[in-house]
Amino acid sequence: MTTESSAVAPDDVLLEVRNLKKHFPITGGLLRRVVGQVKAVDGINFFIKKGETLGLVGESGCGKSTAGRAILRLHEPTDGEIIFNDPKRGQVHIEDLSFGELKAVRPNMQIVFQDPFSSLDPRMTVGRIIAEPLVINKVASGRALRDRVAELLTVVGLRPEHASRYPHAFSGGQRQRIGIARALALNPKLIICDEPVSALDVSVQAQVLNLLEDLQEQFDLTYLFVAHDLSVVEHISDRVAVMYVGYLVEMADTEELYHNPQHPYTEALLGAIPKPDPRNRHRPTRLPGDVPSPANPPTGCLFHTRCPYAQDVCVTERPPLREVLPGHWAACHFSETLRLKGVPRLNEIPVDTMPDANAVAQMQSGHGQSQSNATHNGPGDGGSRPPTTGSTGTGGTGITIRPKS
Amino acid sequence: MADPVANTGSTATTPDGGVDNLIQVENLEVRFYTQVGVVRALNGVDFNIPRGQVLGVVGESGSGKSITGLSIMQLVPRPGRVEGGRILYKDKPDSKTINILDLGRQSDEMRAIRGDDIGMIFQEPMTSLNPVFKVGAQIQEAILLHQTPNKQEAWDRAVDILDKVGMPNARRVANSYPHELSGGMRQRAMIAMALSCSPNLLIADEPTTALDVTTEAQILSLMRDLQSEIGTSIMFITHNMGVVAQMCDEVAVMYLGRIVERATVDDIFYDPKHPYTISLLRSIPRLGQKRGQRLEVIKGGVPDPYSTVTGCPFHPRCPSFMPGLCDTVLPIEAFIEGKTNHTVRCHLYPGCTPDSDQAVTGVSGTIPTTSKAQ
Repeated sequence: MTTESSAVAPDDVLLEVRNLKKHFPITGGLLRRVVGQVKAVDGINFFIKKGETLGLVGESGCGKSTAGRAILRLHEPTDGEIIFNDPKRGQVHIEDLSFGELKAVRPNMQIVFQDPFSSLDPRMTVGRIIAEPLVINKVASGRALRDRVAELLTVVGLRPEHASRYPHAFSGGQRQRIGIARALALNPKLIICDEPVSALDVSVQAQVLNLLEDLQEQFDLTYLFVAHDLSVVEHISDRVAVMYVGYLVEMADTEELYHNPQHPYTEALLGAIPKPDPRNRHRPTRLPGDVPSPANPPTGCLFHTRCPYAQDVCVTERPPLREVLPGHWAACHFSETLRLKGVPRLNEIPVDTMPDANAVAQMQSGHGQSQSNATHNGPGDGGSRPPTTGSTGTGGTGITIRPKS
Repeated sequence: MADPVANTGSTATTPDGGVDNLIQVENLEVRFYTQVGVVRALNGVDFNIPRGQVLGVVGESGSGKSITGLSIMQLVPRPGRVEGGRILYKDKPDSKTINILDLGRQSDEMRAIRGDDIGMIFQEPMTSLNPVFKVGAQIQEAILLHQTPNKQEAWDRAVDILDKVGMPNARRVANSYPHELSGGMRQRAMIAMALSCSPNLLIADEPTTALDVTTEAQILSLMRDLQSEIGTSIMFITHNMGVVAQMCDEVAVMYLGRIVERATVDDIFYDPKHPYTISLLRSIPRLGQKRGQRLEVIKGGVPDPYSTVTGCPFHPRCPSFMPGLCDTVLPIEAFIEGKTNHTVRCHLYPGCTPDSDQAVTGVSGTIPTTSKAQ
């Protein structure tokens, strides 16, 4: 059940993961014997093409961060293959490398951590934090090192003089930028972003997401973007993979996955997101119960305990991840027969006008009635559909999204 | 009615003065006296929570949302102090109004209100539950304090309320310790504790921020059920605009210790006025939005809390910044023309720019302009 698509030339693939497993032992008793296994990641397959962003989503405890770390061998994988296309060495099997070989490959694979507060050493200046990978790999020293650090700080939107300050002097968003600068220091090919924006405020989150997108374009980066926020993942990813209790349950192009999900779990996840639209209040179909424990996963399909469509076969037989549509993999027995609900395409954003000084000057001199703009039609109707703002001509700030034809 | 309401000054009498407000906060000021300097956490906050309604309080971290909630509970942590204003609380529609701030922090009256009349759900369920007591015992404690002296009855009610918040096998959960529960279950236990005495007001401080979407959906639908069942008013503190849209009746947008816009949830999303509100709404990635669409960002960050910003606190980041006005004069809160429940604090709108004489008499008397404070 390889996920390798025949359409993808092997050369285009930067990273391929085959049957990756990471089990953590549970010890117990006087002799600390291994009494069980937490199957955090239990056989996942995916690939990432050069220059693309693969989003990896799932609830907490589904193994998505473990998968990201196992790829870098920050956790030693239990089983499976991790094939990385190194620019100098060609395809290397990360899981087989010795420590020395790994050190030579790792500059090309970097990681940005979730918590911008605990991932920076409070006793090192920002300059030293960013310089550390350069020093360890003996890439630069002296003036060249200082210049490179200054350059990196500028690239991520900070100022070179920030190098002499300590992390505590920075806000969460700025710290995350420092973390990104450190990851960029060695000109990597692949960056694993482990929930890089989940600790940030919405406005700062937007800044960091835009920065990541800019950097991707500028430096031709490939991202594995691990996150639990589906709207963020949709925004940044080319393709999305959904994990549930250590398995991949679905993987497809972003648009396809969000609009045409093929796995009931994806449908439930998408349905649970609170929509930022007060006129479209809805009650998501509640998923009963909790995520099963990876130490004691259910038999058959992992999702059958909570799945509204579960049937007898789901309890006994685990569905493999298979290509149900071209380029769309799902692990469900009934993908073909179920008609699952995705996200409706968003035709417009309610907010598309920013008041500008001219309009207001007019308003202040004249009568203010004209100022309540056309977006406000019929507050009483409580319709389930946001109104079209076609008539709101004043804006033109370019944020309105046209319906896809 | 459509008059600019600048003359109401900063006390901002409730737009619908006749409405039965459970809580009415007037000109609340909180400062933190730290060794490094004074942090002006709240600079004159006015709002009201009508009985049975859900008020959303949104804003970035550092905007004073949580401190507003804690002030109502009289739980502002040291070295913070409530420096001014009133928090008027009305137990029942016909009962006497009391100013919570007149009660001593540890007085019997305050203790009777705290937990009984006003409940609070904290953001982090793990740190807010005591790890060495059983979940049931912690809920029982609140019931014993406020409702009944009978231990067995209190325990039964604790189990009942756990059942009510959708806890599977409530009896077993009541007998387990917090570490044995998952994040969603812990948060439900917190909600159960806050609801154990059927409070008039529930202050929910980012109750779902640490949770997954599926659990979040469960908690939100639970809170909605309980709200319609018990008739509790909710003050919902969050920065998730999706949650606001789904849950709230009215919204107050906060920035740097001031409310910059107040309106119904529909107006906030479909007719927002303050540039900050607009920017905030634009910066969220929306589902269904095409990839490659750049997110609009608010330039810069929330200013350092120790510094003071002259004029409108949002002016350094504002896309509609008007030099000479926004950076010198603090806008006052005024109603949007033709609306009785939509106020904004921005020079772009008539009535928000104080006349020079008003600035001397009415306004700066109650809201200290930051320029003066320098």
